[in-house]
Amino acid sequence: MSLQEKTRVVLLACGSFNPITNMHLRMFELARDHLEDTGRYRVVKGIISPVGDSYKKKGLIEVRHRLEMARLATLNSDWITVDDWESQQPEWVETAKVVRHHADLISSENNSDDVDTVVCGKRRKLEQNTIICQSSSNINTKEDSPHLNLLCGADVLESFGVKDLWKPEDIEEIVGRYGVACITRCGSDPEKFINQSDVLYKHRKNIHMVREWVTNEISATHVRRALRRGQSVRYLLPDPVVRYIQEHSLYSVESEQKNANAILAPFQRYTSSN
Amino acid sequence: MAGRIPLVLLACGSFNPITHQHMRLFELARDHMHQTGLYRVVGGIVSPVGDNYGKQGLVVSKHRLAMARLALQSSDWVSVDDWESQQADWTETVVTMRYHYDCIAAQYHNSKDPPTASDVPQLKLLCGADFMDTFKIPGLWRDDHVEEVVGRFGLVCVSRGSLQPDRAIHESDLLSRHSQRIFLVREWVHNEISATEVRRALRRGQSVKYLLPDSVIDYIREHNLYTQDSEMKNKDVKLRPLTMQTIQD
Repeated sequence: MSLQEKTRVVLLACGSFNPITNMHLRMFELARDHLEDTGRYRVVKGIISPVGDSYKKKGLIEVRHRLEMARLATLNSDWITVDDWESQQPEWVETAKVVRHHADLISSENNSDDVDTVVCGKRRKLEQNTIICQSSSNINTKEDSPHLNLLCGADVLESFGVKDLWKPEDIEEIVGRYGVACITRCGSDPEKFINQSDVLYKHRKNIHMVREWVTNEISATHVRRALRRGQSVRYLLPDPVVRYIQEHSLYSVESEQKNANAILAPFQRYTSSN
Repeated sequence: MAGRIPLVLLACGSFNPITHQHMRLFELARDHMHQTGLYRVVGGIVSPVGDNYGKQGLVVSKHRLAMARLALQSSDWVSVDDWESQQADWTETVVTMRYHYDCIAAQYHNSKDPPTASDVPQLKLLCGADFMDTFKIPGLWRDDHVEEVVGRFGLVCVSRGSLQPDRAIHESDLLSRHSQRIFLVREWVHNEISATEVRRALRRGQSVKYLLPDSVIDYIREHNLYTQDSEMKNKDVKLRPLTMQTIQD
């Protein structure tokens, strides 16, 4: 009898994180619990990838601040990290490219871990003290690469339907080749949306719907609004992030007007190519 | 903020355990009361209920107090008070309010500058919208107590979810009469994280990170609080206020 190997998973969240909130962080926790609860997965890492300034979303403040706030927010996490590759690219990067970049990185990291895996495999066997087939074919010389899943809210999944926001082949790649862990709101009907989209339906096995039974809608938009009005955002975001925002006087009426007349990068790119 | 009425906000409840939601109540209430232009919030008090309350799943007050203290360590204006939980029997909210008001007034009168009556801080009860609905549960509140809590002191009530506290006021003659002493604070962020949900997640081995401070989560793990067993505590026990009121009739 062979031991069932769990598939290792890495969760990647792309977004503005403008600013990061407790809700963003909860998404990671909920997704991890959900995937591990199936018994088939082991979530090994979480990555927060803030979008670059060239995305040109209204109210998007400089990425150096958004990165630093995300770092402060994840200081106390032993598995969630912040990555700046996406934001350091000169132009806006499509999500599919970001996913591909991180998947390739994970794969090459995994391949260079060959020797270590063999050693660990042997040690694990000894510790377990079970009598299993001793043939060398049971010792994996290389574990399968962790699978990368895009972690997002239901609004992102639903945004697949917005004209000119996503390239069809990108959607196909994200859900088909990789996978999605989607946090859904209590009361929403996620299956319905998957059903209504051929590409999502085709790859429904790769879409993990994580039910959020208890509504938690701390949106960054709301946080920015409260800050503009001098209201407290304490306990909506981690304390170090609240302090950082205060120290740097981020999020004002002015900052919210940034990019007010700009066209969102994907629209700029996709409509001009039509 | 010259000329404003100083105000202390008192929150009574199980705090089983304390969560970010509880702490948000204070932040929202303070902002709201400042916004009225009439008040200057000078303090906040978390007063966990005593073990004799008999609510199902209530862990011992020693733990609830410790967790609240950990959570509020970094707060410069809200503190935890154990008077209520140290009383021999369950204490009516109005009694707790009278105690704290007397403390505040005594503190004030003992201070150096000669006080004027209007400068003694007011004390108001801070609560969530669900609390407003409890006024109509038969036997839970004495009418004269509600009169005093609302009429003499005042309420600051933070809305949550789809609960409509203004409806609760409308449906009660007593509350309607004192509507000007009830401040309704809208929480626009739809956030239904409750201590009940936190306990449920903990029982199921699910993460509660970012719903309460890390220090409280560590404490819960260290002491193995909130299990199937702990939720069964007081299962067949009647809530103390309900047994107390009938005795007095």
